[in-house]
Amino acid sequence: MFKEVIHSKWFGPLIVILLILFILPLFIPRFYTYILALIYVTSLLAMSLNLVVGHGGMFQFHHAVFYGVGAYTVALMLKKTSLPMWTGFVAGPIVAAITGLIIGWLCVRLTRLYFGMLQISLGSLIWAIVLRWYSFTGGDDGIPGIPMPPFLSSLNQSYYFILVILTICLIVMYLILKSPFGNTLQAIRDNPQRCEAVGVNVKRHQLIAIIIATFFAGVAGVLFVVLERSVFTDLLFWVLSLEVFIMCLLGGWFTFTGPVLGAAIIVALRTFVGIFTEYWTLILGIVLILLIFFLPEGVMGYFQELFEPQTREATKGGHR
Amino acid sequence: MLRVEAVVKSFDNFKAVNGANLAVEKGEIVAVIGPNGAGKTTLFNLITGLLKRDSGKIIFKGEDIGGLASYEICKKGIARSFQIVNIFPRLTVFRNVQVAVLSEQRRSNALFRPASSMVLNETNSILDSVGFLGKAHSIAGSLSHGDQKILEIAIALGNEPELLILDEPTAGMSPEETSATMELIKRLAQKRGLTILFCEHDMDIVFSIAQSIMVMHQGQTLIQGKPEEVRKNPIVQEAYLGIE
Repeated sequence: MFKEVIHSKWFGPLIVILLILFILPLFIPRFYTYILALIYVTSLLAMSLNLVVGHGGMFQFHHAVFYGVGAYTVALMLKKTSLPMWTGFVAGPIVAAITGLIIGWLCVRLTRLYFGMLQISLGSLIWAIVLRWYSFTGGDDGIPGIPMPPFLSSLNQSYYFILVILTICLIVMYLILKSPFGNTLQAIRDNPQRCEAVGVNVKRHQLIAIIIATFFAGVAGVLFVVLERSVFTDLLFWVLSLEVFIMCLLGGWFTFTGPVLGAAIIVALRTFVGIFTEYWTLILGIVLILLIFFLPEGVMGYFQELFEPQTREATKGGHR
Repeated sequence: MLRVEAVVKSFDNFKAVNGANLAVEKGEIVAVIGPNGAGKTTLFNLITGLLKRDSGKIIFKGEDIGGLASYEICKKGIARSFQIVNIFPRLTVFRNVQVAVLSEQRRSNALFRPASSMVLNETNSILDSVGFLGKAHSIAGSLSHGDQKILEIAIALGNEPELLILDEPTAGMSPEETSATMELIKRLAQKRGLTILFCEHDMDIVFSIAQSIMVMHQGQTLIQGKPEEVRKNPIVQEAYLGIE
Protein backbone atom coordinates (compact mmCIF):
# COMPACT_ATOMS: atom_id res chain seq x y z
CA MET A 1 0.00 0.00 0.00
CA PHE A 2 2.98 2.32 0.44
CA LYS A 3 3.99 1.78 -3.16
CA GLU A 4 1.70 4.65 -4.06
CA VAL A 5 3.69 6.96 -1.78
CA ILE A 6 7.11 5.76 -2.93
CA HIS A 7 6.25 6.05 -6.63
CA SER A 8 4.77 9.50 -6.22
CA LYS A 9 6.83 12.15 -7.95
CA TRP A 10 6.90 14.06 -4.65
CA PHE A 11 8.67 11.26 -2.81
CA GLY A 12 12.23 12.43 -3.57
CA PRO A 13 11.70 16.09 -2.63
CA LEU A 14 9.73 14.98 0.45
CA ILE A 15 12.69 12.97 1.76
CA VAL A 16 15.05 15.91 1.19
CA ILE A 17 12.70 18.33 2.96
CA LEU A 18 12.26 15.93 5.87
CA LEU A 19 16.04 15.53 6.24
CA ILE A 20 16.49 19.30 6.30
CA LEU A 21 13.73 19.70 8.87
CA PHE A 22 15.33 16.96 10.98
CA ILE A 23 18.72 18.61 11.24
CA LEU A 24 17.37 22.17 11.41
CA PRO A 25 16.97 22.37 15.23
CA LEU A 26 20.71 21.79 15.58
CA PHE A 27 21.43 25.11 13.90
CA ILE A 28 18.57 27.50 14.60
CA PRO A 29 17.69 29.31 17.84
CA ARG A 30 15.15 27.78 20.22
CA PHE A 31 12.49 30.30 19.29
CA TYR A 32 12.53 29.28 15.64
CA THR A 33 12.40 25.62 16.56
CA TYR A 34 9.28 26.42 18.54
CA ILE A 35 7.71 28.36 15.64
CA LEU A 36 8.46 25.51 13.23
CA ALA A 37 6.85 23.00 15.57
CA LEU A 38 3.83 25.28 15.91
CA ILE A 39 3.60 25.42 12.10
CA TYR A 40 3.62 21.60 11.97
CA VAL A 41 0.80 21.35 14.48
CA THR A 42 -1.24 23.98 12.67
CA SER A 43 -0.48 22.33 9.31
CA LEU A 44 -1.90 19.05 10.51
CA LEU A 45 -5.03 20.85 11.69
CA ALA A 46 -5.40 22.62 8.33
CA MET A 47 -4.74 19.42 6.39
CA SER A 48 -7.39 17.59 8.37
CA LEU A 49 -9.88 20.36 7.65
CA ASN A 50 -9.01 20.29 3.99
CA LEU A 51 -9.91 16.62 3.78
CA VAL A 52 -13.55 17.58 4.18
CA VAL A 53 -13.47 21.12 2.75
CA GLY A 54 -11.21 20.93 -0.29
CA HIS A 55 -11.56 17.26 -1.13
CA GLY A 56 -15.01 16.64 0.32
CA GLY A 57 -16.73 19.91 -0.56
CA MET A 58 -18.42 20.19 2.84
CA PHE A 59 -18.85 23.43 4.77
CA GLN A 60 -16.95 22.35 7.86
CA PHE A 61 -17.14 25.76 9.56
CA HIS A 62 -16.22 24.80 13.10
CA HIS A 63 -13.29 22.46 12.81
CA ALA A 64 -11.34 23.92 15.74
CA VAL A 65 -13.77 22.31 18.18
CA PHE A 66 -12.38 18.87 17.37
CA TYR A 67 -8.83 20.18 17.76
CA GLY A 68 -9.80 21.60 21.15
CA VAL A 69 -11.59 18.46 22.22
CA GLY A 70 -8.52 16.39 21.35
CA ALA A 71 -6.26 18.79 23.27
CA TYR A 72 -8.55 18.97 26.32
CA THR A 73 -8.96 15.20 26.40
CA VAL A 74 -5.25 14.53 26.59
CA ALA A 75 -4.75 17.47 29.00
CA LEU A 76 -7.43 16.26 31.41
CA MET A 77 -6.24 12.67 31.27
CA LEU A 78 -2.62 13.56 31.96
CA LYS A 79 -3.49 16.05 34.66
CA LYS A 80 -6.40 14.44 36.46
CA THR A 81 -5.93 10.70 36.13
CA SER A 82 -3.10 8.34 36.96
CA LEU A 83 -3.65 6.22 33.87
CA PRO A 84 -0.56 5.46 31.78
CA MET A 85 0.33 8.54 29.76
CA TRP A 86 0.04 6.86 26.38
CA THR A 87 -3.67 6.29 26.98
CA GLY A 88 -4.16 10.05 27.02
CA PHE A 89 -2.34 10.39 23.71
CA VAL A 90 -4.53 7.72 22.17
CA ALA A 91 -7.75 8.99 23.75
CA GLY A 92 -7.38 12.54 22.34
CA PRO A 93 -7.94 11.65 18.67
CA ILE A 94 -10.56 9.03 19.52
CA VAL A 95 -12.68 11.39 21.61
CA ALA A 96 -12.32 14.02 18.88
CA ALA A 97 -13.51 11.49 16.30
CA ILE A 98 -16.49 10.51 18.46
CA THR A 99 -17.40 14.19 18.79
CA GLY A 100 -17.03 14.39 15.02
CA LEU A 101 -19.36 11.42 14.63
CA ILE A 102 -22.06 13.02 16.79
CA ILE A 103 -21.87 16.51 15.31
CA GLY A 104 -21.34 15.15 11.81
CA TRP A 105 -24.29 12.79 12.11
CA LEU A 106 -26.52 15.78 12.83
CA CYS A 107 -24.93 18.00 10.18
CA VAL A 108 -24.88 15.70 7.13
CA ARG A 109 -28.66 15.80 7.04
CA LEU A 110 -28.34 19.37 5.86
CA THR A 111 -26.50 20.71 2.85
CA ARG A 112 -23.96 23.43 2.25
CA LEU A 113 -24.53 26.60 4.25
CA TYR A 114 -27.07 25.00 6.58
CA PHE A 115 -24.55 22.29 7.34
CA GLY A 116 -22.03 25.00 8.24
CA MET A 117 -24.43 27.02 10.38
CA LEU A 118 -25.54 23.99 12.38
CA GLN A 119 -21.94 23.03 12.95
CA ILE A 120 -21.07 26.49 14.25
CA SER A 121 -23.99 26.29 16.70
CA LEU A 122 -23.15 22.80 17.96
CA GLY A 123 -19.46 23.61 18.16
CA SER A 124 -20.11 26.82 20.09
CA LEU A 125 -22.18 24.79 22.50
CA ILE A 126 -19.13 22.64 23.31
CA TRP A 127 -17.02 25.78 23.60
CA ALA A 128 -19.53 27.28 26.07
CA ILE A 129 -19.57 24.12 28.17
CA VAL A 130 -15.77 24.06 28.37
CA LEU A 131 -15.73 27.78 29.23
CA ARG A 132 -18.33 27.52 32.01
CA TRP A 133 -17.43 24.22 33.62
CA TYR A 134 -14.77 25.67 35.93
CA SER A 135 -14.41 22.71 38.26
CA PHE A 136 -13.62 20.32 35.43
CA THR A 137 -12.00 22.28 32.60
CA GLY A 138 -10.64 25.28 34.46
CA GLY A 139 -12.88 27.60 32.45
CA ASP A 140 -11.10 30.56 30.91
CA ASP A 141 -7.99 29.86 33.00
CA GLY A 142 -7.45 26.76 30.90
CA ILE A 143 -5.21 23.97 32.16
CA PRO A 144 -1.55 24.97 32.59
CA GLY A 145 1.43 22.81 33.46
CA ILE A 146 0.43 19.51 31.93
CA PRO A 147 2.94 16.78 32.79
CA MET A 148 4.73 15.08 29.89
CA PRO A 149 6.45 11.72 29.65
CA PRO A 150 10.28 11.90 30.01
CA PHE A 151 10.95 11.34 26.31
CA LEU A 152 9.22 14.65 25.58
CA SER A 153 10.98 16.68 28.25
CA SER A 154 12.89 19.14 26.02
CA LEU A 155 11.70 21.34 23.18
CA ASN A 156 13.85 19.50 20.66
CA GLN A 157 12.39 16.18 21.70
CA SER A 158 8.89 17.58 21.29
CA TYR A 159 9.90 18.97 17.91
CA TYR A 160 11.00 15.56 16.66
CA PHE A 161 7.96 13.84 18.07
CA ILE A 162 5.65 16.33 16.34
CA LEU A 163 7.54 16.07 13.05
CA VAL A 164 7.38 12.27 13.05
CA ILE A 165 3.67 12.16 13.87
CA LEU A 166 2.94 14.85 11.26
CA THR A 167 4.81 12.86 8.60
CA ILE A 168 2.94 9.67 9.44
CA CYS A 169 -0.40 11.50 9.37
CA LEU A 170 0.40 13.13 6.03
CA ILE A 171 1.26 9.77 4.49
CA VAL A 172 -1.93 8.20 5.82
CA MET A 173 -4.01 11.13 4.54
CA TYR A 174 -2.33 10.87 1.16
CA LEU A 175 -3.17 7.18 0.96
CA ILE A 176 -6.76 7.85 1.97
CA LEU A 177 -7.14 10.50 -0.72
CA LYS A 178 -5.73 8.17 -3.37
CA SER A 179 -7.94 5.27 -2.26
CA PRO A 180 -11.36 4.46 -3.70
CA PHE A 181 -12.80 6.15 -0.63
CA GLY A 182 -10.91 9.36 -1.40
CA ASN A 183 -11.74 9.24 -5.10
CA THR A 184 -15.39 8.79 -4.34
CA LEU A 185 -15.25 11.64 -1.82
CA GLN A 186 -13.88 13.95 -4.51
CA ALA A 187 -16.60 12.78 -6.86
CA ILE A 188 -19.17 13.69 -4.21
CA ARG A 189 -17.61 17.14 -3.95
CA ASP A 190 -17.94 17.57 -7.70
CA ASN A 191 -21.47 16.26 -7.95
CA PRO A 192 -23.31 14.68 -5.02
CA GLN A 193 -26.47 14.02 -7.03
CA ARG A 194 -24.61 12.08 -9.69
CA CYS A 195 -22.77 10.11 -7.04
CA GLU A 196 -26.04 9.09 -5.49
CA ALA A 197 -27.20 8.01 -8.94
CA VAL A 198 -24.22 5.66 -9.35
CA GLY A 199 -25.07 3.95 -6.10
CA VAL A 200 -22.98 5.80 -3.51
CA ASN A 201 -24.55 6.39 -0.12
CA VAL A 202 -23.49 10.03 -0.10
CA LYS A 203 -24.47 10.94 3.46
CA ARG A 204 -22.71 7.95 4.96
CA HIS A 205 -19.62 8.62 2.88
CA GLN A 206 -19.55 12.24 4.05
CA LEU A 207 -19.98 11.18 7.66
CA ILE A 208 -17.03 8.77 7.45
CA ALA A 209 -14.95 11.58 5.94
CA ILE A 210 -15.88 13.86 8.85
CA ILE A 211 -14.90 11.17 11.37
CA ILE A 212 -11.52 10.73 9.68
CA ALA A 213 -10.92 14.49 9.50
CA THR A 214 -11.89 15.05 13.13
CA PHE A 215 -9.63 12.18 14.18
CA PHE A 216 -6.67 13.97 12.61
CA ALA A 217 -7.79 17.26 14.16
CA GLY A 218 -7.65 15.41 17.50
CA VAL A 219 -4.10 14.27 16.70
CA ALA A 220 -3.21 17.92 16.05
CA GLY A 221 -4.78 18.82 19.41
CA VAL A 222 -2.60 16.25 21.17
CA LEU A 223 0.50 17.61 19.42
CA PHE A 224 -0.47 21.11 20.54
CA VAL A 225 -0.42 19.92 24.17
CA VAL A 226 2.95 18.25 23.59
CA LEU A 227 4.31 21.58 22.39
CA GLU A 228 2.60 24.02 24.76
CA ARG A 229 1.91 21.91 27.86
CA SER A 230 -1.25 23.90 28.41
CA VAL A 231 -4.72 24.24 26.94
CA PHE A 232 -7.17 27.13 26.89
CA THR A 233 -10.66 27.76 25.58
CA ASP A 234 -9.49 29.74 22.53
CA LEU A 235 -8.63 26.35 21.03
CA LEU A 236 -12.33 25.68 20.57
CA PHE A 237 -13.38 29.22 19.64
CA TRP A 238 -14.91 29.83 16.22
CA VAL A 239 -12.28 32.46 15.39
CA LEU A 240 -9.66 29.73 15.21
CA SER A 241 -11.95 27.70 12.93
CA LEU A 242 -12.13 30.67 10.60
CA GLU A 243 -8.37 31.07 10.67
CA VAL A 244 -7.85 27.42 9.74
CA PHE A 245 -10.41 27.74 6.97
CA ILE A 246 -8.45 30.71 5.61
CA MET A 247 -5.25 28.62 5.71
CA CYS A 248 -6.87 26.10 3.37
CA LEU A 249 -8.08 28.80 0.98
CA LEU A 250 -4.75 30.60 1.11
CA GLY A 251 -2.64 27.51 0.47
CA GLY A 252 -4.90 26.04 -2.18
CA TRP A 253 -7.80 23.89 -1.18
CA PHE A 254 -7.78 21.59 -4.18
CA THR A 255 -4.17 20.64 -3.62
CA PHE A 256 -2.79 18.13 -1.16
CA THR A 257 -0.04 20.18 0.48
CA GLY A 258 -1.65 23.61 0.06
CA PRO A 259 -2.93 23.81 3.65
CA VAL A 260 0.62 23.27 4.97
CA LEU A 261 1.73 26.33 3.06
CA GLY A 262 -1.32 28.28 4.23
CA ALA A 263 -0.62 27.34 7.85
CA ALA A 264 3.02 28.35 7.49
CA ILE A 265 2.08 31.73 6.02
CA ILE A 266 -0.49 32.54 8.70
CA VAL A 267 1.60 31.37 11.66
CA ALA A 268 4.58 33.31 10.31
CA LEU A 269 2.46 36.42 9.76
CA ARG A 270 1.02 36.22 13.27
CA THR A 271 4.45 35.72 14.80
CA PHE A 272 6.57 38.17 12.88
CA VAL A 273 4.09 40.91 12.03
CA GLY A 274 2.63 40.48 15.51
CA ILE A 275 5.95 41.65 16.93
CA PHE A 276 5.53 45.06 15.30
CA THR A 277 1.81 45.62 15.61
CA GLU A 278 -1.07 44.00 17.38
CA TYR A 279 -3.13 44.70 14.28
CA TRP A 280 -1.54 41.85 12.36
CA THR A 281 -5.01 40.77 11.26
CA LEU A 282 -5.07 43.95 9.16
CA ILE A 283 -2.21 42.52 7.11
CA LEU A 284 -4.07 39.22 6.96
CA GLY A 285 -7.13 41.05 5.63
CA ILE A 286 -5.12 42.66 2.86
CA VAL A 287 -3.51 39.32 1.99
CA LEU A 288 -6.97 37.77 1.79
CA ILE A 289 -8.33 40.45 -0.51
CA LEU A 290 -5.35 40.04 -2.84
CA LEU A 291 -5.81 36.30 -2.70
CA ILE A 292 -9.45 36.42 -3.71
CA PHE A 293 -8.70 38.69 -6.65
CA PHE A 294 -5.49 37.20 -7.95
CA LEU A 295 -5.15 33.63 -6.68
CA PRO A 296 -8.64 32.20 -6.28
CA GLU A 297 -7.19 28.69 -6.25
CA GLY A 298 -4.69 29.51 -3.50
CA VAL A 299 -0.91 29.77 -3.67
CA MET A 300 -0.34 26.07 -4.31
CA GLY A 301 -3.21 25.99 -6.78
CA TYR A 302 -1.51 28.80 -8.69
CA PHE A 303 1.75 26.90 -8.98
CA GLN A 304 -0.08 23.76 -10.00
CA GLU A 305 -1.80 25.72 -12.75
CA LEU A 306 1.58 26.94 -13.95
CA PHE A 307 3.11 23.50 -14.13
CA GLU A 308 0.12 21.32 -14.95
CA PRO A 309 -1.97 23.04 -17.61
CA GLN A 310 -4.51 20.21 -17.39
CA THR A 311 -5.79 21.38 -14.04
CA ARG A 312 -6.53 24.80 -15.47
CA GLU A 313 -9.13 23.27 -17.72
CA ALA A 314 -10.51 21.45 -14.73
CA THR A 315 -10.91 24.68 -12.83
CA LYS A 316 -12.89 26.27 -15.61
CA GLY A 317 -15.10 23.24 -16.01
CA GLY A 318 -15.75 23.01 -12.30
CA HIS A 319 -18.81 24.66 -10.88
CA ARG A 320 -19.31 24.87 -7.19
CA MET B 1 -39.08 -5.93 -15.89
CA LEU B 2 -40.28 -2.45 -14.95
CA ARG B 3 -43.90 -1.52 -14.40
CA VAL B 4 -45.12 1.93 -13.55
CA GLU B 5 -48.76 2.02 -12.46
CA ALA B 6 -50.87 5.16 -12.03
CA VAL B 7 -48.00 7.18 -10.61
CA VAL B 8 -48.81 10.73 -9.47
CA LYS B 9 -46.39 13.47 -8.47
CA SER B 10 -47.33 17.08 -7.79
CA PHE B 11 -45.31 20.13 -6.92
CA ASP B 12 -47.45 22.46 -4.82
CA ASN B 13 -50.65 22.37 -6.84
CA PHE B 14 -49.16 21.49 -10.19
CA LYS B 15 -49.51 17.85 -11.16
CA ALA B 16 -46.32 17.17 -13.10
CA VAL B 17 -47.08 13.48 -13.41
CA ASN B 18 -50.73 12.58 -13.14
CA GLY B 19 -51.39 8.93 -13.74
CA ALA B 20 -48.45 7.63 -15.74
CA ASN B 21 -48.34 3.98 -16.81
CA LEU B 22 -45.40 2.26 -18.37
CA ALA B 23 -44.25 -1.28 -19.01
CA VAL B 24 -40.71 -2.21 -19.98
CA GLU B 25 -39.90 -5.82 -20.87
CA LYS B 26 -36.45 -7.34 -20.58
CA GLY B 27 -34.25 -6.63 -23.60
CA GLU B 28 -36.58 -3.98 -25.03
CA ILE B 29 -35.77 -0.47 -26.12
CA VAL B 30 -38.61 1.72 -24.92
CA ALA B 31 -39.05 5.40 -25.69
CA VAL B 32 -41.12 7.98 -23.86
CA ILE B 33 -42.23 10.88 -26.01
CA GLY B 34 -44.31 13.95 -25.39
CA PRO B 35 -44.11 17.73 -25.68
CA ASN B 36 -42.00 19.85 -23.33
CA GLY B 37 -43.46 19.81 -19.85
CA ALA B 38 -45.27 16.53 -20.40
CA GLY B 39 -43.54 15.09 -17.34
CA LYS B 40 -40.98 12.80 -18.98
CA THR B 41 -38.02 13.87 -16.87
CA THR B 42 -40.14 13.91 -13.72
CA LEU B 43 -41.19 10.35 -14.48
CA PHE B 44 -37.56 9.30 -14.86
CA ASN B 45 -36.67 11.06 -11.63
CA LEU B 46 -39.46 9.16 -9.90
CA ILE B 47 -38.26 5.82 -11.24
CA THR B 48 -34.66 6.48 -10.17
CA GLY B 49 -35.58 7.76 -6.72
CA LEU B 50 -34.51 11.37 -7.18
CA LEU B 51 -38.11 12.29 -6.38
CA LYS B 52 -40.65 10.40 -4.30
CA ARG B 53 -44.02 9.56 -5.85
CA ASP B 54 -47.21 10.80 -4.14
CA SER B 55 -49.15 7.70 -5.12
CA GLY B 56 -49.02 4.78 -7.53
CA LYS B 57 -46.59 1.91 -7.89
CA ILE B 58 -43.15 1.58 -9.41
CA ILE B 59 -42.30 -2.11 -9.64
CA PHE B 60 -38.87 -3.33 -10.74
CA LYS B 61 -38.33 -7.09 -11.00
CA GLY B 62 -41.37 -7.72 -8.83
CA GLU B 63 -40.39 -5.30 -6.06
CA ASP B 64 -41.91 -1.90 -5.32
CA ILE B 65 -38.95 0.50 -5.46
CA GLY B 66 -41.06 3.64 -5.04
CA GLY B 67 -39.84 4.39 -1.52
CA LEU B 68 -36.12 3.73 -1.95
CA ALA B 69 -33.30 6.27 -2.05
CA SER B 70 -31.63 6.72 -5.41
CA TYR B 71 -28.41 4.97 -4.40
CA GLU B 72 -30.44 1.93 -3.32
CA ILE B 73 -32.32 1.87 -6.61
CA CYS B 74 -29.01 2.00 -8.43
CA LYS B 75 -27.85 -1.07 -6.52
CA LYS B 76 -30.99 -2.87 -7.71
CA GLY B 77 -29.78 -2.52 -11.29
CA ILE B 78 -31.12 0.73 -12.70
CA ALA B 79 -28.61 3.32 -13.92
CA ARG B 80 -29.35 6.56 -15.69
CA SER B 81 -27.94 9.48 -17.59
CA PHE B 82 -29.21 13.01 -17.19
CA GLN B 83 -30.74 15.47 -19.60
CA ILE B 84 -28.49 18.29 -18.44
CA VAL B 85 -24.88 17.14 -18.35
CA ASN B 86 -24.23 15.70 -14.92
CA ILE B 87 -20.66 14.48 -14.59
CA PHE B 88 -17.70 15.01 -12.26
CA PRO B 89 -16.10 17.99 -14.00
CA ARG B 90 -12.84 18.13 -12.01
CA LEU B 91 -11.98 14.45 -12.34
CA THR B 92 -10.46 12.72 -15.33
CA VAL B 93 -12.68 10.80 -17.73
CA PHE B 94 -11.21 7.58 -16.38
CA ARG B 95 -12.07 8.45 -12.79
CA ASN B 96 -15.57 9.54 -13.74
CA VAL B 97 -16.31 6.01 -14.88
CA GLN B 98 -14.19 4.38 -12.18
CA VAL B 99 -16.32 5.94 -9.43
CA ALA B 100 -19.32 4.08 -10.78
CA VAL B 101 -17.43 0.80 -11.23
CA LEU B 102 -16.05 0.99 -7.68
CA SER B 103 -19.53 1.65 -6.38
CA GLU B 104 -20.92 -1.28 -8.37
CA GLN B 105 -18.31 -3.59 -6.87
CA ARG B 106 -19.00 -2.17 -3.40
CA ARG B 107 -15.44 -1.01 -3.00
CA SER B 108 -16.11 2.71 -2.58
CA ASN B 109 -15.19 2.52 1.09
CA ALA B 110 -11.78 0.86 0.76
CA LEU B 111 -9.49 3.21 2.63
CA PHE B 112 -5.84 2.37 2.18
CA ARG B 113 -5.46 0.70 -1.19
CA PRO B 114 -4.57 2.96 -4.10
CA ALA B 115 -7.54 3.37 -6.42
CA SER B 116 -5.23 3.85 -9.38
CA SER B 117 -4.64 0.10 -9.60
CA MET B 118 -8.23 -1.01 -9.02
CA VAL B 119 -10.91 -2.04 -11.52
CA LEU B 120 -8.67 -1.00 -14.42
CA ASN B 121 -9.95 -3.64 -16.84
CA GLU B 122 -13.61 -3.01 -16.15
CA THR B 123 -13.22 0.75 -16.50
CA ASN B 124 -11.08 0.54 -19.62
CA SER B 125 -13.47 -1.84 -21.32
CA ILE B 126 -16.32 0.63 -20.81
CA LEU B 127 -14.18 3.50 -22.09
CA ASP B 128 -13.26 1.33 -25.06
CA SER B 129 -16.88 0.50 -25.84
CA VAL B 130 -17.76 4.20 -26.14
CA GLY B 131 -14.51 5.00 -27.96
CA PHE B 132 -13.01 7.06 -25.13
CA LEU B 133 -9.76 5.19 -24.42
CA GLY B 134 -7.79 8.03 -25.99
CA LYS B 135 -9.46 10.59 -23.76
CA ALA B 136 -9.15 8.62 -20.51
CA HIS B 137 -6.85 11.15 -18.89
CA SER B 138 -8.55 14.34 -20.03
CA ILE B 139 -10.35 16.33 -17.37
CA ALA B 140 -14.05 15.69 -17.85
CA GLY B 141 -14.98 19.38 -17.61
CA SER B 142 -12.80 20.16 -20.62
CA LEU B 143 -14.60 17.79 -23.02
CA SER B 144 -16.98 19.06 -25.66
CA HIS B 145 -20.68 19.00 -24.86
CA GLY B 146 -21.30 16.00 -27.09
CA ASP B 147 -18.48 14.04 -25.46
CA GLN B 148 -19.77 14.93 -22.01
CA LYS B 149 -23.15 13.48 -22.95
CA ILE B 150 -21.45 10.26 -24.03
CA LEU B 151 -19.43 10.24 -20.80
CA GLU B 152 -22.82 10.39 -19.05
CA ILE B 153 -23.73 7.10 -20.67
CA ALA B 154 -20.30 5.62 -19.88
CA ILE B 155 -20.72 6.49 -16.18
CA ALA B 156 -24.11 4.81 -16.18
CA LEU B 157 -22.57 1.69 -17.80
CA GLY B 158 -20.11 1.54 -14.91
CA ASN B 159 -22.94 0.31 -12.72
CA GLU B 160 -23.52 -2.67 -15.03
CA PRO B 161 -27.22 -1.89 -15.09
CA GLU B 162 -29.93 -4.24 -16.25
CA LEU B 163 -32.08 -1.27 -17.09
CA LEU B 164 -30.42 1.83 -18.52
CA ILE B 165 -32.45 5.03 -18.45
CA LEU B 166 -31.33 7.80 -20.79
CA ASP B 167 -32.90 11.22 -20.43
CA GLU B 168 -32.58 12.90 -23.83
CA PRO B 169 -29.19 11.36 -24.61
CA THR B 170 -28.67 13.54 -27.67
CA ALA B 171 -29.94 16.89 -26.37
CA GLY B 172 -27.81 19.71 -27.71
CA MET B 173 -25.88 17.54 -30.15
CA SER B 174 -25.24 18.25 -33.80
CA PRO B 175 -27.05 15.96 -36.32
CA GLU B 176 -23.83 14.01 -36.94
CA GLU B 177 -23.19 13.53 -33.24
CA THR B 178 -26.81 12.54 -32.76
CA SER B 179 -26.76 9.74 -35.28
CA ALA B 180 -23.38 8.51 -34.03
CA THR B 181 -24.71 8.46 -30.47
CA MET B 182 -27.84 6.56 -31.42
CA GLU B 183 -25.70 4.00 -33.24
CA LEU B 184 -23.62 3.69 -30.11
CA ILE B 185 -26.69 3.16 -27.94
CA LYS B 186 -28.02 0.51 -30.29
CA ARG B 187 -24.68 -1.27 -30.32
CA LEU B 188 -24.36 -1.15 -26.53
CA ALA B 189 -27.87 -2.51 -26.11
CA GLN B 190 -27.07 -5.49 -28.33
CA LYS B 191 -23.60 -6.20 -27.00
CA ARG B 192 -24.43 -5.90 -23.31
CA GLY B 193 -27.98 -7.18 -23.50
CA LEU B 194 -29.27 -3.96 -21.97
CA THR B 195 -32.85 -2.96 -21.52
CA ILE B 196 -33.12 0.72 -22.38
CA LEU B 197 -35.71 3.31 -21.48
CA PHE B 198 -35.14 6.72 -23.02
CA CYS B 199 -36.87 9.91 -23.97
CA GLU B 200 -36.07 11.99 -27.00
CA HIS B 201 -37.52 14.82 -29.04
CA ASP B 202 -36.32 13.73 -32.44
CA MET B 203 -39.17 11.58 -33.83
CA ASP B 204 -37.07 10.03 -36.59
CA ILE B 205 -34.70 8.63 -33.99
CA VAL B 206 -37.49 7.44 -31.75
CA PHE B 207 -39.36 5.60 -34.48
CA SER B 208 -36.18 4.09 -35.92
CA ILE B 209 -34.80 2.64 -32.70
CA ALA B 210 -37.63 2.06 -30.23
CA GLN B 211 -39.52 -1.23 -30.03
CA SER B 212 -42.20 0.26 -27.86
CA ILE B 213 -43.28 3.88 -27.43
CA MET B 214 -45.12 5.52 -24.57
CA VAL B 215 -46.74 8.89 -25.23
CA MET B 216 -47.14 11.38 -22.40
CA HIS B 217 -49.27 14.46 -22.41
CA GLN B 218 -49.79 16.80 -19.47
CA GLY B 219 -48.49 14.23 -17.02
CA GLN B 220 -50.70 11.43 -18.31
CA THR B 221 -50.02 8.38 -20.38
CA LEU B 222 -51.99 8.57 -23.61
CA ILE B 223 -50.92 5.22 -24.99
CA GLN B 224 -48.10 2.73 -25.03
CA GLY B 225 -47.60 0.44 -27.99
CA LYS B 226 -45.54 -0.57 -30.99
CA PRO B 227 -44.31 2.33 -33.17
CA GLU B 228 -46.91 1.66 -35.92
CA GLU B 229 -49.78 1.59 -33.46
CA VAL B 230 -48.63 4.83 -31.89
CA ARG B 231 -48.20 6.50 -35.24
CA LYS B 232 -51.70 5.54 -36.31
CA ASN B 233 -53.41 6.44 -33.07
CA PRO B 234 -55.77 9.39 -33.65
CA ILE B 235 -55.42 10.84 -30.12
CA VAL B 236 -51.65 10.90 -30.42
CA GLN B 237 -51.83 12.49 -33.85
CA GLU B 238 -54.06 15.20 -32.51
CA ALA B 239 -52.20 15.82 -29.27
CA TYR B 240 -48.63 15.53 -30.34
CA LEU B 241 -47.55 14.40 -33.76
CA GLY B 242 -49.59 17.15 -35.41
CA ILE B 243 -50.46 15.09 -38.46
CA GLU B 244 -53.72 15.94 -40.18
